[in-house]
Amino acid sequence: MDFPASFALIAPELILTASGLLLLLVCAWGGDKMARPVAILAAAALFGAGFMLVPGLHFGTGPDTYAFGTLIKVDSFALFAKALIYLAAIGCLMIAPAFFNSEAAGSEKGLRAEYSVLVLFAVLGMSIMVSAADFITLYLGLELNSLAAYVLASILRQDQRSAEAGLKYFVLGALASGILLYGISLLYGFTGGTDFVSVRTGLEGDLSTGQLFGLIFVMAGLAFKIAAVPFHMWTPDVYEGAPTPVTAFFSTAPKVAAVALTARVVFEVFGGQVLAWQQIVMFAALASIVFGALGAIGQENLKRLLAYSSINNVGFILLGLAVANADGASAMLVYLFIYVVMSLGSFVALLMLRSEDGHLYETFADIRGLATTRPVIAWSLLVLMFSLAGIPPLLGFFSKFVIFKATVEAGLVAFAAIAIAASVIGAFYYIKFVKVMFFDDAVDVVKGKSGNAHWALLILTALIVSPLGYLMTQSLTDLADKAAQSLFVAV
Amino acid sequence: MTEAVGIEHYLVVGAILFVLGVLGIFINRKNVIVILMSVELILLAVNINLVAFSAAKGDLVGQIFAMMVLTVAAAEAAIGLAILVIYYRGRGTIAVDDVNRMKG
Repeated sequence: MDFPASFALIAPELILTASGLLLLLVCAWGGDKMARPVAILAAAALFGAGFMLVPGLHFGTGPDTYAFGTLIKVDSFALFAKALIYLAAIGCLMIAPAFFNSEAAGSEKGLRAEYSVLVLFAVLGMSIMVSAADFITLYLGLELNSLAAYVLASILRQDQRSAEAGLKYFVLGALASGILLYGISLLYGFTGGTDFVSVRTGLEGDLSTGQLFGLIFVMAGLAFKIAAVPFHMWTPDVYEGAPTPVTAFFSTAPKVAAVALTARVVFEVFGGQVLAWQQIVMFAALASIVFGALGAIGQENLKRLLAYSSINNVGFILLGLAVANADGASAMLVYLFIYVVMSLGSFVALLMLRSEDGHLYETFADIRGLATTRPVIAWSLLVLMFSLAGIPPLLGFFSKFVIFKATVEAGLVAFAAIAIAASVIGAFYYIKFVKVMFFDDAVDVVKGKSGNAHWALLILTALIVSPLGYLMTQSLTDLADKAAQSLFVAV
Repeated sequence: MTEAVGIEHYLVVGAILFVLGVLGIFINRKNVIVILMSVELILLAVNINLVAFSAAKGDLVGQIFAMMVLTVAAAEAAIGLAILVIYYRGRGTIAVDDVNRMKG
C-alpha cells in the first residue's frame, strides 16, 4: 500500500495529532487564560476527526483497509469504535469547564489549559488502539492513552484524593502494560511476528506452552485495562478519587477503546483458538457481573457505586464477546453504545448535584428527597438508573436483551441464566437510587445552578435511553452488525 | 568444557526478572519508589525476551519493538515520578501503607 493512501486512511488521527500539538503550543504561550478557547478548539478537532470517519463507514473490510503495510487497519469495526470514542470525548470536554471553574475544584479553581490537550492525546491513543493490526501499534496506542489518563486522574494537584487516584491508576496501569507486553513478547517468540496475521498463522494447531502463556498474559493485561474481575480492584478507588469529569471520561471513551481492542485481539489474533480463550472471557464476564452487583450494594459514595456499576456492565459486554461469533460481537457493540450514553448521563447528573457555592455532593445522604427539590434532575436520574438496571420500556433493556439473545442462541443458556440472576441483584442499588430520591424526606441541599452544557447533555442522554431511543435501534444494529462482521472475514 | 548460551537461558532470566518485578509490586509494603523500580524490572524482562527472540530468529522486528518499549518506559517513569512528587507534596509520605484515603 502506498503512502498517500495510508495517510488518507489515518486522516482522523492526523487531525488529532496536529491539533493536539498546536494546542499544546497555545497552552505553553497562552497559559490558563486560554483554557476555554483551547477546550472549544479541542472539541472542534474531535468533531472534525469524527467527520473524517463518515465517508469511511462503508469501507467494510479488505486489503484496502490496511495502512502502512500491516501496522494499522481501518475497517468498519475500528470506525464504529472511533465514532463512539470521539462522541464520548466531546461530551466529556463539554462538561469539564463548569466543574473546574467552580468551587468543586477546591483550591485549584479554574480550568487548566492542558486538560483539553490531554484529552485529545488520550483520544488519539485510543484511536490508534482500535485500529491496531500489529502488536507494536497496539502497545503504542495503549500507552499514549494510558499516559495521558494517568495525568488526567491527578490533574487536581492539591487535592489528595486526586493525587492518590493518579498514583494508584499509574501503578496498576503500568503493571497491566508490563503483563500485556510480556505476553506479547512470548507470542512474538513462539509464533514469528508481531502483526496479527502472522501471530494468528503461528498459533494454528495445538498451542505450545509458550504460546498458551503468551495468550494468558495478553488476556490478563487486557482484562486490567477494561477493569474486568479479577483485575478490577483499581476501578473504585480511581473513579472515586479522580475529578468527576475525568471519571466520566474514564468510564466512557477508554472503556470503549479497551473493549474494542480486546475484541479485535481475541477474534483476529486468537480467532483460531476460540476454546483457549472462551472460558477465560466467560469467567471474567460472569465474575464481573456478580462482583459488580455485590460490591455496589454497601456503597454510600455515588461515584464509587457507579464504578461498581461499570464493572457490572463490562461483565455484560464480555458476555457478548464470550459468545465468540458475529452476533455476539454485534450485541457487544450495541451494548457498548448504550452503556456509554447511560454512563455519561449518570456522571453528568452527579456533576449537577451542587451546593449553592458550587461544591459537589457525592453520597446518598445528600440526594434524599431530590424529587421534590430538583425534579428534573431526579426524573432524569430515574430514567438513567432504571435503564442501567435493564427495566423494560427503557433502552438499557434492549442492550441486555441483545446480549442475552446472542448468548442463548449460541447455546450458552446456563451462563445467560447466571447473568440474569446477577442483574436482578444489581437492580437493587439502581432502585435504591430511586427510592432515596423519591421516598426519603428531602434534605434540600442541592441548590447550585448548573450550566447549559450539563442540562443539554443530561436531557439528551435521558431522551436517548427513554423509549424514544428505540427509534434508532434499527440503524444502530445495522452499523454494529457491519462492524462486527469485519472482524470475522479471516474465519 | 563450556556450554553455549541458548535462547532458553535468556528466557529463564527474563522470567525470573518478570516474577521479581511482579512480586516487588505486591509484596512491597514500604515505598512507592520501589514499585516504580519493579515496573522497570518488568519492562526489562520484556526487553530481554524480545531481543533474545529477535537474535535467535534473525528477525529485526523484536529489536525495533524493544526500542519502542525503552522509549515508552522512559516516558512512563517520568510521569510516574511526577505523580509521586505531587502526591508527596500533599501527604508528606510515600509509604505504601499510607496510600489509603479511599477504601471500601
